[in-house]
Amino acid sequence: MGSVLCFSWGWGNAFETVYFESRNEIDAQVIDLIDQKGRATVAESNVPAIELIGVSKSFGPVQANKDIDLVVGKGSIHGIIGENGAGKSTLMSILYGFYHADSGTIKIDDKTTTIPDSKSAIAQGIGMVHQHFMLVDPFTVLENVILGAEGGALLKDGVANARRELKRLADEYDMTIDPDAVVGELPVGLQQRVEILKALYRGADILILDEPTGVLTPSEADHLFRILRVLRDQGKTVLLITHKLREIMDVTDTVSVMRRGEMVASRKTAETSMEELAELMVGRSVLLEVDKPEVEVGKPLLKVEGLNVRDDRGVLRVKDVSFEVRAGEVLGIAGVSGNGQSELLAALSGITRAESGKMELSGEKLDLSEAHDAAEMRTKGMSHVPEDRHRMGLVNKFAEYENSILGYHREPKYSKGMFLNKDAIRKEAKERIEKYDIRPPTTEMTAAKFSGGNQQKIVLAREIECNPDVLLIGQPTRGVDIGAIEYIHNRIMDMRAQGKAVLLVSVELEEIRSLSDRIIVMFDGNVVGERGPEATEQDLGLLMAGVNQEAAE
Amino acid sequence: MLDTIILVLDSTFRLSTPLLFACLAGLFSERSGIVDIGLEGKILGAAFAAAAAAYVFQSPWIGLLAGIMVSVMLALVHGYASISQRGNQVVSGVAINFLAAGLTVLLGQAWFSQGGRTPALSPATRFESITLPFADTLANVPVLGPIYANLISGHNILVYASFAAVPLTWWIIFRTRFGLRLRAVGENPSAADTAGLSVTLLRYRATIICGILCGFSGAYLSVAQGAGFIKDMSAGKGFIALAALIFAKWKPVNAMFTCLLFGFLDALAIRLQGQEIPGIGEVPVQVFQALPYVLTVVLLAGFIGRAIPPKASGIPYVKERT
Repeated sequence: MGSVLCFSWGWGNAFETVYFESRNEIDAQVIDLIDQKGRATVAESNVPAIELIGVSKSFGPVQANKDIDLVVGKGSIHGIIGENGAGKSTLMSILYGFYHADSGTIKIDDKTTTIPDSKSAIAQGIGMVHQHFMLVDPFTVLENVILGAEGGALLKDGVANARRELKRLADEYDMTIDPDAVVGELPVGLQQRVEILKALYRGADILILDEPTGVLTPSEADHLFRILRVLRDQGKTVLLITHKLREIMDVTDTVSVMRRGEMVASRKTAETSMEELAELMVGRSVLLEVDKPEVEVGKPLLKVEGLNVRDDRGVLRVKDVSFEVRAGEVLGIAGVSGNGQSELLAALSGITRAESGKMELSGEKLDLSEAHDAAEMRTKGMSHVPEDRHRMGLVNKFAEYENSILGYHREPKYSKGMFLNKDAIRKEAKERIEKYDIRPPTTEMTAAKFSGGNQQKIVLAREIECNPDVLLIGQPTRGVDIGAIEYIHNRIMDMRAQGKAVLLVSVELEEIRSLSDRIIVMFDGNVVGERGPEATEQDLGLLMAGVNQEAAE
Repeated sequence: MLDTIILVLDSTFRLSTPLLFACLAGLFSERSGIVDIGLEGKILGAAFAAAAAAYVFQSPWIGLLAGIMVSVMLALVHGYASISQRGNQVVSGVAINFLAAGLTVLLGQAWFSQGGRTPALSPATRFESITLPFADTLANVPVLGPIYANLISGHNILVYASFAAVPLTWWIIFRTRFGLRLRAVGENPSAADTAGLSVTLLRYRATIICGILCGFSGAYLSVAQGAGFIKDMSAGKGFIALAALIFAKWKPVNAMFTCLLFGFLDALAIRLQGQEIPGIGEVPVQVFQALPYVLTVVLLAGFIGRAIPPKASGIPYVKERT
């Protein structure tokens, strides 16, 4: 405990390290300083677990990480926040040996080191919980945990050891799990637990979690955070990568913000706010609250009755769902992903055929068990922003202007005889690019090259500009930057103000609550409850787990 | 009647052996995520090399070794194309089949000038039948005697080896560290990679094992069952083995029973050739030859439970983060 390392951040790349002799260890835990530039300085506890100095990484012309400096204190929960594409995952991949930094220094426990591969990262006590779990589905929990650390050429002895060790870890960190369960059959929350146990079993002292809550219900996320706190209290270091401000505020001790490949700021969580972090992430001030004016609610534009949908495996995914959406109203459908929302959208938009169910669209009655298609639904005044823009919303290899008419390409205004009227299409695409602030403002670039937020704007422009009565919109801000989220939310509010009916499906509870006039929650294909936007997160969270407290009372 | 049954079963064993070797070969390969359409070509190449070497060196063992070497070389070509170069595994496998079909005949003609055949092997240069102890003395015991003497005893060593390979394969796949890792790269290579394992190395090892087993299969055809190499002597066994592998749901013990079933159908076809079946009449031999495929199609259509292949099977592993 010889010296304390303090770290200061300038706006750009400037940074300096200052060493202090500690008077005693307790004082040494946290020392705050204001540096000469008057900016807040974050002081870490004694020797940092991780220190990065000037780490850069580029992929061809794209500089994913620019001269990154980072200090993570031992025994703390450190958040790294930034928009999609800010370089968080690249940085973590460098730490886990997946990528090699082009330049820069990595120090673990104050010792300069290199991490050529995952094996080396594991050996140095770094464990990672990936966003997409790195689990072998048909394997048992135990087999997954020991993979790569079997402890002998034969499995028998290793398995017995692992069983004991797993039990010890589970008890110590309150993470009970059946070691013989098949991983693929476990709910995602438990699968994530397996990932954490896997890292701990390998002796990880530093645990990196990449967007860990994306697939969890709010209560599962809370449980995860409890586990992270226990881990920290036991002396482990936790690095939490996320783009959710709320999580940073809830669970981290310190936080670093990344923007466009650069580390722009580092703060103690207790001394910052969501607003400040959002501004640092985006580079300008962002309105986190959506402005939701009073709107006169009109007659129902979309009515759904007794909808049942089977998936192509014959499993009933939507069970007897009924609801209506009125003019000037946003109906939010909340739920953990995979509880029938996708199938619901597919059936309503005419992409798949329902088993049974009736729909009334602007007064016109339709039997959803008959074959319809998406084009027909569009002509009847319903447009659809699909959940997965890469698979359904766009053709990634097509240029922007070609994508801007997908599904509407038969309209006379886009044709010249049997050919496309490319001039007219380009002209309209240009207008939309301007109106929707799509960047870069070009009609010729392929859709794949736009950022997530701008891709979503291309889809949104196409589906809103055809002036539908009813808008189905799935996961409007998945993989979209905060700045674009604000924009997309405002467009949805515009639709509402114009007296359109909007059906919003999202797994982001915050989004549902801030945009919707009414919220229904789906669980296992059923609508388990309806709430107003003032419903508490706990209440909605329980509904998302299939528990209806109101009904129980 | 018993004699007839024993005779059919006896030839079932002999006809199952090359299938079983090839099926286990495919099992190792596909369990690691490498689809191997090239089993057929490897068997053929091995059969040719084994017969040629056995003739030249006058030893079946050297023949077997040569067969294995050639088969492993072909396997490495497939491995290089599909693992290192991330090529399309089906295309690479088909290329190996063509290569083997053409090259064996070409080299055979160039070296031995017998129309692509290799010279007939004398009994001493083939794998001979082994008579198990007491087979002759026990032959007269009713029922069990003939079963032991004619069915269990009296095969060549490769037949016994193929059946011994089944529990061995099961043990390797399910009870060893190597097996666990092999299954992991076949199901989710990223998981193995992030666990610090080399996907490339594991897949190459699986491919080499696949080559060795195909070598056994080919050598069996030309140096044990037959007495020399004949053009296209593998006759689709590599493909039937693939069908058997699907039918067996990529499990070693199932693979044995499936290969026995397919071997039995083959034996029956030979037995019933030109014979009237009461009530039906003469059944064309092609009906029996087609049955393995028909059964596999029936299986794939979902009538006998689902056959789910290893998830990463056929997909080259590209290390990337999304």
